[in-house]
Amino acid sequence: MTTPPPPPHVPQQQPGPPPHTPQPPPQADAGQQPFPPQAPPQAYAQQQPFPPQQVPGQRQQEPGHAGPPQQAPVVASSLPMVNTHIGHALLSEWTKIRTVRSTVWTLALTVLLTVGIGLIFAAALSGEDFVGMPLLGGGFFGLMFGQLCVISLGALVITSEYGTGMIRTTLTASPRRARVLIAKGLVFFSLSFAVTLAATALTALIHSSMLGDQTVPVYEYDNPDMEGSIENGEIVASSGHWVDATVGASLYVALLGLLALAVGALLRHSAGAISTMLGVVLVPLIAALFMVGESLADLREALIEYSPLNGLATMFHIPMTGETTDSGWPLLGLLAAVTAGATIAAVARLTTTDV
Amino acid sequence: MIEATGLTKSYGSKTAVYNLSFRVLPGKVTGFLGPNGAGKSTTMRMILGLDAPTDGSVTIGGHQYRELPNAPRLVGALLDANAKHGGRSARAHLLCLAQLSGIPARRVDEVLDVVGLTQVARKRSKGFSLGMGQRLGIAAALLGDPQVLLFDEPVNGLDPEGIRWVRELMRRLASEGRTVFVSSHLMSEMAQTADHLIVIGRGQLMADLPVRAFIEQNSTGFARLRTPDGDEAGREKLVRVLAEAGGQVQAEPEGTLKVTGVELPRISELAHAADVRLWELSPHHASLEEAYMRMTQGAVDYRSSEDQRSGLQGPPQQAPGGWQQPVGPQGGYAPPPPGAGFGAPPPAHAAPPHPPHAAHQAAAPYRPEDAR
Repeated sequence: MTTPPPPPHVPQQQPGPPPHTPQPPPQADAGQQPFPPQAPPQAYAQQQPFPPQQVPGQRQQEPGHAGPPQQAPVVASSLPMVNTHIGHALLSEWTKIRTVRSTVWTLALTVLLTVGIGLIFAAALSGEDFVGMPLLGGGFFGLMFGQLCVISLGALVITSEYGTGMIRTTLTASPRRARVLIAKGLVFFSLSFAVTLAATALTALIHSSMLGDQTVPVYEYDNPDMEGSIENGEIVASSGHWVDATVGASLYVALLGLLALAVGALLRHSAGAISTMLGVVLVPLIAALFMVGESLADLREALIEYSPLNGLATMFHIPMTGETTDSGWPLLGLLAAVTAGATIAAVARLTTTDV
Repeated sequence: MIEATGLTKSYGSKTAVYNLSFRVLPGKVTGFLGPNGAGKSTTMRMILGLDAPTDGSVTIGGHQYRELPNAPRLVGALLDANAKHGGRSARAHLLCLAQLSGIPARRVDEVLDVVGLTQVARKRSKGFSLGMGQRLGIAAALLGDPQVLLFDEPVNGLDPEGIRWVRELMRRLASEGRTVFVSSHLMSEMAQTADHLIVIGRGQLMADLPVRAFIEQNSTGFARLRTPDGDEAGREKLVRVLAEAGGQVQAEPEGTLKVTGVELPRISELAHAADVRLWELSPHHASLEEAYMRMTQGAVDYRSSEDQRSGLQGPPQQAPGGWQQPVGPQGGYAPPPPGAGFGAPPPAHAAPPHPPHAAHQAAAPYRPEDAR
């Protein structure tokens, strides 16, 4: 522990503002801001919530004997007074997310799992003549595990604030609570989408280059699933498949992460939020596995179809139920709607309850 | 200026803060005192808009905190030194708070310098000692160069040097015309720092007065006297004589008597007239700390003050400023009147319904005008 210097917490002593003249009273302060004012001076005057009866007197009184309150001077600060907006919150959340190790770890693991498993998959099947699935479909297996890291990060982004008590510091610094949560969601969503997109794009490139020389058997020529996937007798990925396996899959995973963030904001507990999300992702499919018999067939089909894992698999055109020609985007839309609902609930909880 | 009006906060059936009204004025350090669990932190959280009051309101400069356009530029707060992500460096922690209100990054380095954490600015705050954490929390409060500052237990975990630094910092901030509101459960610390005191117990206002008035009214002097061992008759006689002379006599465990309300020479004269020998007659002054303890004791644990009364000879607690305190006919040996706490004479405003002990007036607001 170092010896602290005597705290020079007097605005005039701050390095930077050039004029060393006595600070003007706050009414005149706006015109003399040493920083380019981000808000017009009028806004500053309006923002002064302190009643003007606090007459600015001399700035320094003898320490130890504060005068009567009527004569207390109003502190003139050299810092800019700005109207805060969502941009400030976005910048702050970006600083937050990049300065903790959990972000680096979870996103690195996402890339590692997605690309690594994709690479193993491609290497294992590269000797086969024909694997019987769309060229980029193998990317699903890696991303299935990679998405769990994104989900964990999404939950941690908000629950770590509750766990450490940081949320109170944050909401003291920005009483506009909805703004904080929306900025958090936007920053997390953008970052996880970008990272997942990089991982899925790399995986798709690996698969198209390592598995692209497969010869499609003649009997598959009439398969509607293979429409647009055969070129000169070899399997290719259509541009639609490319978009789905990269942008679509990344959107799906980033949305799942955003859902985890909303769940985290609702539950305010790391372990609770992460296990809830694991349940949402895994349980429908596992439950469906054990549903045998005709009477449960409809429920089983619905559970499989609407399980988030099937949603992701459909993006890769290897759905667990239904046709391989089905588009993955309706299920993505469903996930987006669920996420939007959860986010609205999270904003409502954050803005109306004590923290 | 902070102004609370009828501030009340209930958690289910438990009332943490009840009908709290006070003003914190700029230009001085206002101490916010109370035992643990008295509702200090709850009040602080309500001021900062983190908790919504069940009833009443609190404003800063006439505005509710959550309505302030750029709160950190007007109000800085240290609520809990641990309220930070331990994995983030000190600088990153302050930077993300600064960015939230458009404060330039150079200000972060400034406040790090102010609190003396520049050397560890890039270290993760997880490894910080309690004192370093407090300094980081104070840095966050100073970030916006605010006009109003709130500190909840700022000296927790600080070494003596750090405590003195915090004290000087508070005084300087107040002398610059800022409003400084500091909570603590350490009376001795507040006596050296604060200009004004707001004392709460069990979530209710007990005192709102300048420190000097608090000292004058609450740190009473008393005389301790000892009669010869075994001289029970003389002792009882002396107690009776002193009670008749308007004194309040309290037996102490060591066999000595604690007398208030009678000057030392008068005690000597009375003893002489009653023909009772004295082995000891000495003046004592209750410390400010003791006065505070006595004031808040009833608010901490109601039962302990009741136990004290049984088996003792006189009213166990005398009013503040006991030397001038006129004693009614029930003085001396008579059982204490109900509610004869230090709050007597009874406050003009009746005790609020919470806590639900009818006779318990210890938690009733005690204001300077009550004693005059």
